[in-house]
Amino acid sequence: MFLINCPYCGEREQSEFKAGGEAHIIRPKQPTELSDDQWAEYLFMRKNIKGIQFERWVHTHGCRKWFNVVRDTSNDIIKAVYKMGEKPPTK
Amino acid sequence: MRNKYSLFSLVKNAFSYHENWEKAWKDPEPKKEYDAVIVGGGGHGLATAYYLAKKHDMKNIAVVEKGWIGGGNTGRNTTIIRSNYLWDASAGLYNHALKIWEGLSQELNYNVMFSQRGVMNLAHNLQDVRDLKRRTHANRLNGIDAVYLDTKQVKKFCPIINTSPDIRYPVLGGTLQRRAGTARHDAVAWGYARGANEMGVDIIQNCEVKGIKRNRDSVEGIETTKGFIKTNKIGVVAAGHSSVIANMAGLKLPLESKPLQALVSEPVKPIIDTVVMSNAVHAYVSQSDKGELVIGAGTDDYVSYSQKGSHDIVEGTLNAILELYPIFSRMRMLRQWGGIVDICPDASPIISKTSIKGLYFNCGWGTGGFKATPGSGDLFAHTIANDEPHKLNAAFNLNRFVSGDLVDEHGAAAVAH
Repeated sequence: MFLINCPYCGEREQSEFKAGGEAHIIRPKQPTELSDDQWAEYLFMRKNIKGIQFERWVHTHGCRKWFNVVRDTSNDIIKAVYKMGEKPPTK
Repeated sequence: MRNKYSLFSLVKNAFSYHENWEKAWKDPEPKKEYDAVIVGGGGHGLATAYYLAKKHDMKNIAVVEKGWIGGGNTGRNTTIIRSNYLWDASAGLYNHALKIWEGLSQELNYNVMFSQRGVMNLAHNLQDVRDLKRRTHANRLNGIDAVYLDTKQVKKFCPIINTSPDIRYPVLGGTLQRRAGTARHDAVAWGYARGANEMGVDIIQNCEVKGIKRNRDSVEGIETTKGFIKTNKIGVVAAGHSSVIANMAGLKLPLESKPLQALVSEPVKPIIDTVVMSNAVHAYVSQSDKGELVIGAGTDDYVSYSQKGSHDIVEGTLNAILELYPIFSRMRMLRQWGGIVDICPDASPIISKTSIKGLYFNCGWGTGGFKATPGSGDLFAHTIANDEPHKLNAAFNLNRFVSGDLVDEHGAAAVAH
């Protein structure tokens, strides 16, 4: 249980949001040319990091907009929040 | 067994005020080299070591555990055991485990308090009714005992359930597996540890794996906080931390680790003599032998290794519990905790070889691994010893995420796993 600072609405309880999993997984440009292994990688394989993870969230019970969060999954402390399309923070 | 537990040994030890019981397992320092090393000293890992020693004659093996044995999800779950899964592959897997449970206390000479008190799954809408009837038929075709109950029969089997038609999610029926039930979770870990130790398995606690040493396509050993251990077979049974270990070997797994919560109430006199699960409202409850209500809540939807979940998840579960069991309205909850469960996209486990020779994974049990402990250990031991899966775990390989041959138990099983 923690607070998330929605880039559009401000700080709200985590229960207002829905987690969308690992961020920056790019949809293949030529899906027809993908091998089964590449499909498996895209669809199912996840880093599932213990530590700093880049992930997507949606403010379901608010503005309903998607955005990115950098969170330490070992203690749920949020390091940064940035909008879709923005470059992930490097620090 | 050197130190068999019996009525005689109980009486004998009473004369020395129970101060001279032998230790159930030794506390050795790791050797330089083992034939196989199991990473993770929970129920599944200890069972794997036990069956490797017992059925595959591998005695020079070790179990390394970063904390203390049974201190992870083995000691954190709601101890429900059942095998009423929909698909053939799952039915085979979980029923294999259930059959071992039925003789486990005798086999281990350790009372795992396996209690076949039945597990009832409730239906709250017409789709639930159809799904549960379908599952009942599928179970019976697979030789798993299952009956469908209507609302009156549900009420008769568990009188404290509110079957009034005017509650938010009325009880329209349910399924019952009478051979299902519960067991004492700690005892399962301790019983397997004692049995494995007896056959020469080294159980090494407070020993965290820091790295996996690879030689191109095969493993050479593990780096631990107690030094390097050489081995060419590594069986990883690390539950929520499976991906962390996989990353050490340069592998990615189709897993997400999430917090799953449970809670227990203050102890009261016997009030519910079975296990009742309800998937639609996500509430399940049983009563421990100490008298506490044991309640399972759901997972949070985000990845976290923090071993604590959100309050709103617990609140949702308790709302449902109170509507289904108004008699519990003044019960006080004593303890609440979280475990980290590794969830597969198809909600089925992985008991499999990997692309790296000598590296095996038993993971992805998600929210329902406890019930499978003996079967999981038996089949994983078979897979490690023969470098080939047993026919019962062949479907649960890693390659299914490439071939698309998933065992999709999400929502299809009697869930709220």
